[in-house]
Parts: sequence; structure tokens; C-alpha cells
Amino acid sequence: MTAISDREQLSYIAAQAADARVNVEIETEGMTLNIGPQHPATHGTLRIVAKLDGEQVIAADPIMGYMHRGYEKLAEVRTYPQVTTLINRIDWVGSFANEVPFILAAEKLMDVEAPPRAAWIRTILFEMSRIANISLFLGDMGLQVGAVTPAFFAFRDREHVLNQIEAATGGRFHPNFDRIGGIKDDLPAGWIAETKRAMKKIRSFCDEIEGLLQGNEIFEARCRGIGVIPADVGLSYGLSGANIRASGVDWDTRRDNPCGLVHNELDWKVWTHPDGDSFARFWVRLQEVRESTRMVDQLCDGLPSGPVMAKVPRIIKVPAGEAYVETENPLGVMGYYVVSKGDLTPYRVKIRSASFNNISITPWLLKGVYVPDIVTILGSLYFILGDIDR
Amino acid sequence: MTDVAILGELAYWQQTGIRVGAGLAAVLLVAGTLVYLHLFKLVSFMQSRLGPMEAGPFGSLQLLAEVGKFLQKEDIFPRKADRFVFAAAPFVVLMSTFLLVVVVPGGPDAWFINSELGIYLAMAVSSVSVIGILMAGWGSASKYSLLGGLRATGQLIAYELPLILAVMGVVIQAETMNMQGIVQAQADGEIFGWGGIGNPYILTQFVAFVIFMIAMQAELTQTPFDMPIAESELVTGYMTEYSGMRFLLFFIGEFATAGVFSAIASVLFLGGWWAPIPGLEFDDNVWNLLGPIVMVTKVVVLTFIIFWARFSLPRFREDQLQQLAWKVLIPLSLANIVVTAVLKIVF
Repeated sequence: MTAISDREQLSYIAAQAADARVNVEIETEGMTLNIGPQHPATHGTLRIVAKLDGEQVIAADPIMGYMHRGYEKLAEVRTYPQVTTLINRIDWVGSFANEVPFILAAEKLMDVEAPPRAAWIRTILFEMSRIANISLFLGDMGLQVGAVTPAFFAFRDREHVLNQIEAATGGRFHPNFDRIGGIKDDLPAGWIAETKRAMKKIRSFCDEIEGLLQGNEIFEARCRGIGVIPADVGLSYGLSGANIRASGVDWDTRRDNPCGLVHNELDWKVWTHPDGDSFARFWVRLQEVRESTRMVDQLCDGLPSGPVMAKVPRIIKVPAGEAYVETENPLGVMGYYVVSKGDLTPYRVKIRSASFNNISITPWLLKGVYVPDIVTILGSLYFILGDIDR
Repeated sequence: MTDVAILGELAYWQQTGIRVGAGLAAVLLVAGTLVYLHLFKLVSFMQSRLGPMEAGPFGSLQLLAEVGKFLQKEDIFPRKADRFVFAAAPFVVLMSTFLLVVVVPGGPDAWFINSELGIYLAMAVSSVSVIGILMAGWGSASKYSLLGGLRATGQLIAYELPLILAVMGVVIQAETMNMQGIVQAQADGEIFGWGGIGNPYILTQFVAFVIFMIAMQAELTQTPFDMPIAESELVTGYMTEYSGMRFLLFFIGEFATAGVFSAIASVLFLGGWWAPIPGLEFDDNVWNLLGPIVMVTKVVVLTFIIFWARFSLPRFREDQLQQLAWKVLIPLSLANIVVTAVLKIVF
């Protein structure tokens, strides 16, 4: 065996070391991308801290609370009629719907029932606020995946509904119209015919959106199979509304647990979609707007006559007790748990808002998606910041 | 290379002055026209609103107001930015536009350079803007800008290929890379022996035209290919940190490049400055005056298509648009080259 010279040996070691250095997998650092609180995709002040590997999300963490306004606490120092002004601001694009479950809970405690006409008008306004809310989503979803024009169409046609809400209640955004025992006023003259015209316009808007977005190949490519929520996962995260119906769960509080509203006297259908992806959520919401316009038409046709206010005392004192009422609001199930000690003000109000639960699935949902899909998924989950933070 | 008769009598500095002035006009006036016609008015019409109406008749002076607004804004540098790279990036992007415009002819004698390699030069310098965008993305020291810059780079490189390959079909058919030669070939062309409207290559090279328009849309990073800007996720991508005049440069660059690319497309596929006017034979001097007007008309028509698509379509995801380039457009344009070459030999 020939002796290896020191020099040969050293060069051999050096070569091996160089090989080893090259063969080690190049380790790249992950990047932490801070999306929000001020960011165009979050339409509000939601902050998402995403850890990225290239364009892929490893972990995403929603951080909420930037817009916490302490409504539950504030409600404790306001009389019952004053609380409606406050809770109007929870989901600010469909604000009448926020008032309904609280008023229903108070009515339940007081054992008052609104007269039929009031209940019907309540249902009309409830569905119209759903249309105003979700038609905004239909345009916004296009904006999230890059189509600018649908958003303008949404704002244009939503205006018809807002005009009708304003004509009836005096407030475009914050009607503050619901009262314990009924509603504030009867509908103005000519309102029914005008509302039906507005519903026709909303239906043609739905057709437009269907042609512009739903049938678009790029839109399908961006939304199909993105952010799939299986039904059991969705239920365990407490998802509600169109988000869970898009996963194939046939659950709609309007049909299953109607308290105080008259949905069960109407002919309508709960739409579900088996896929559970972003496209399914968009599709279900689109059908729901159509269904709501049909409901409003039927409600306008069958509106009973009579008073719009039950007999309630001038100064409202709610008897001691507890009540929980939930309704199917535009964003999902919204519930108020009202505890009364027999005072002018509620002792404690717990608000179960839909968006808080809907957004809580994001860490699970955003794992492994690409950065552009974050926006698609957040857009399709559809949350309103006020509804998350309250 | 013969020189222009009128220009030939002028001193060199006078010729240069005229060319520089014409170049500035070709870039800036066209960009302004496109911003007003398409971004302000066409889009407003599509989105059922009026657009600017206050400044001047039908808001036609809005453009001046916008430029004034940008010029008086503060020129902000991010603290950690690479100051030189950050500052230079918009100029590099705009430079590529000016480099592109020099090959576009406006008439038989109205050209900036009449190179035998005209379209080759255009394709080569069109990639310069990638460097500017990458500089902007890196120099901004912002994660959004970096993501946008990298996306833009990947996308522009991917779509450069179908763009060039689509041009190959035209070059094979015209047998020249000279832009004037391509215009002449279309003017003198015949469709099965009938030369009434010449032979605009949009008829014979329709596949190449479609590929060119799609690749052009991607090169301009307009929706459906605006992943690098993606205002709903990356704020505005590589432009996020820019303000004031530097943002304005990017903005002008975007629209001017749309105009210049459309001008190149109209030379390649629509006959450039030449237009078939039956029954009338013009000499070169008339075409020198008429040519720029014909060109601008064609540019407006082509950019109309660009902005029409931009404001009605959603955007592709990064991987989807790469797939479109590599799996669809490039094979298609290669097939187009083969078919064109075979037919060229057959006929």
C-alpha cells in the first residue's frame, strides 16, 4: 500500500468538505408577511400574520380586536330602546338585521308579541338588509380575485335597496327602526310597488354577476377547489350561514327555528352546495340573494293589515329572566343572550356574531395555500370587521 | 439607409431635436390619450358612472390636474430602501418604453431609426423593463414590493417567449425584420391574387395575432395577468412604496408601453401606417402626414381591446398564468411557426 502524502490527503479532505458544503440543501429563510391591519384585502382592520415559504403559506394567524368597541359592555348602561342604535353598527352593511334578534329576545322576556303586520314588515326589512349585504359581497368577491367592474355594479344596484330601506325607515345604513312590540312606523305610500321594482333590478343584477363572474373561466380557476371546508370541520369551528351551507349542511335558522319572523309562511328554498370551496360559497350566496328577492315579493303581496305596534308601556322595564334568540343574519347565525334583572337596562348582553366564528377557521384553512388564495378565501368567507370585533 | 429628404437638409442637431421631440410626443401624447379615453372614459362607461366631468369639457383637462397632483406630492423614500436603486427604477422602466418607440415607423419617411433588425431590436429592448421592475421590487425594502417584483420578473420572462415566437410567423411571411419592410409587404400583399386591401397579416397570422395580444397583455401586467400588481393582496406590488413623481413615471410607463406595444402590433398585423383607401393613390408625402393619424387610430383600437379585457376579467394566479404561457401559448406559437414556414414554401 502506497503511502498517501500529507498533501494528497489534505486536498482530498478539502474536496470532500467542498462537496459536503454544496450538497447540503440550501436552506432558505421563511418570510413573515404581515397582512393588515391596513390592507385592501381585509376590508377593515383584520390583521393576518402569514409565515411564507416562497408564495406558500406555512401558517397564518388572524389577529383581531383592532376595532373592538365594547358593545356588550356598553349595552349594559343603555335602556332597551337605546341598545338598537348601538347594535346597528355591528354588521354595518346589513344593519337592520342586527336589531331583530335583540328585539326578539327582549320581546320574549317581556312576553310581548308584535302584531302580524309588524312581523311581516320586519321580515321584509330583514331580507332587504340581507340583499344589501350580500349583493355587496357578490361585487366584492370579483374585486378580490381582480375584476374591478362587478364591484361598481354591486354598488349601483345595492343603491335601489338602500333607497327603499331609507324610504321606509329614514336611515340608509342605520335604520334603528325596530321597537319592542313592533316597528316604529308603517310603510310609506307607494313603497310596495317601488320595492318590487327594486327587487326586479336586483334579480337582473344577479343575472349580470352570474354572466360576468360565475361563468368566467378565470374566476372558476381561481375559486374552484380553493379553501375547501369539509362539513364536519366547518361545524366544529362553528361556521354558520352560507359558509356552512356551501359545505352541504342543510341548516338555515330561518326555516328550522323561526322565532318572531314569518319565513315559514313563504315559499322558498334553502340552497346548499356539496363542494365547500370558495366557488360554492359564492354560488350559494348568489342563490340566496335571488331567494331573498322572491321572499320580499311574496311578503309585499301578502302583507296583512292592522297595527304595527303592540301595546307596550311607555317606559320599558324588562322583567327579570334570561333569553337567547338567534336569527339567520346575512353573515350567518347571530344571537343575543340577554340577562335582565328587571331594570331599565339589560344586566348582561352576550352577542354571538357570525363573522367571529367564520373567521376563526382561517388558521386551519390557510395552511398550505398560495398568497393569492388568502385573498380568495378571505373574500369568500365574507366577514364584516364590525361583526368580528363588535 | 437613405436619409429623409426634408430632414437631410437640416443640421444634425436639428434632426436630433426633431426626432427627440417626435419621440416624446409619440410616448407622452399617446399615453395621455389612452389614459383619458380608456382609463377615464371607457372604464367609466363600462362601470355605469361618468368619470371626470369637472375639469374642462367632459373632464378632458383632468389629466393635467392629475399630473399636477403627483408632481407636488412628497417624494418618499422608505428608510431601509436602497436609495439609488429605488430612485432609478422608474426611469429604467420608462426608458424601455422610449427604446421601444424608436423602431415604430409613422410613415414612409417618418421614422426614428430604419434598422434592418427593427422588430428584433424591439423584442430585445422590451425586456429592459423587467430590470426596472425587479429594481423597484428589491430596492423598496418592502415584502409586498419584493413579492410583486419577483412575480413580475417570472411573468415577463415567461411571456417574452410567446411574444417573440408570435412575431416569428410575421417575419417568415414578410421575409424581413425591418418594420418598414413589414408594412410594405402588407401593403403590396395580395389575397389569392386580389390586392384590393393588401394583405394585413391579421388575416393570415390570426393565431399569431391572438398570441401576441395575450402575451402583450401579460407583458404590460394588465388584468388578467396583473398578479405582480394585484391590488387586493399585494397593495400595488412593486409600486407600493412609490409616491409623487416616481409613481407618476411608473404610471406613464404603463400606459405609454401599452400604446407602444399596440403600435408594434398594428405594424405587424394591421399594416402599420398604411391603410387601404380604395380608388386613391397617395404619394409618400401624403402618407407621411396621414401615417401617424392612421397609426394612432389603430393604436386606440388595439388598446381598447386591452382595457376592455383589463376591466372585465378577474386575474390569474401566478402558477396558472405560468401554465398558460408554457403549456398553451408557447406550443401554439411554435406550431404557428411550423405551419407558416410550410405554407410559405408551398405557396
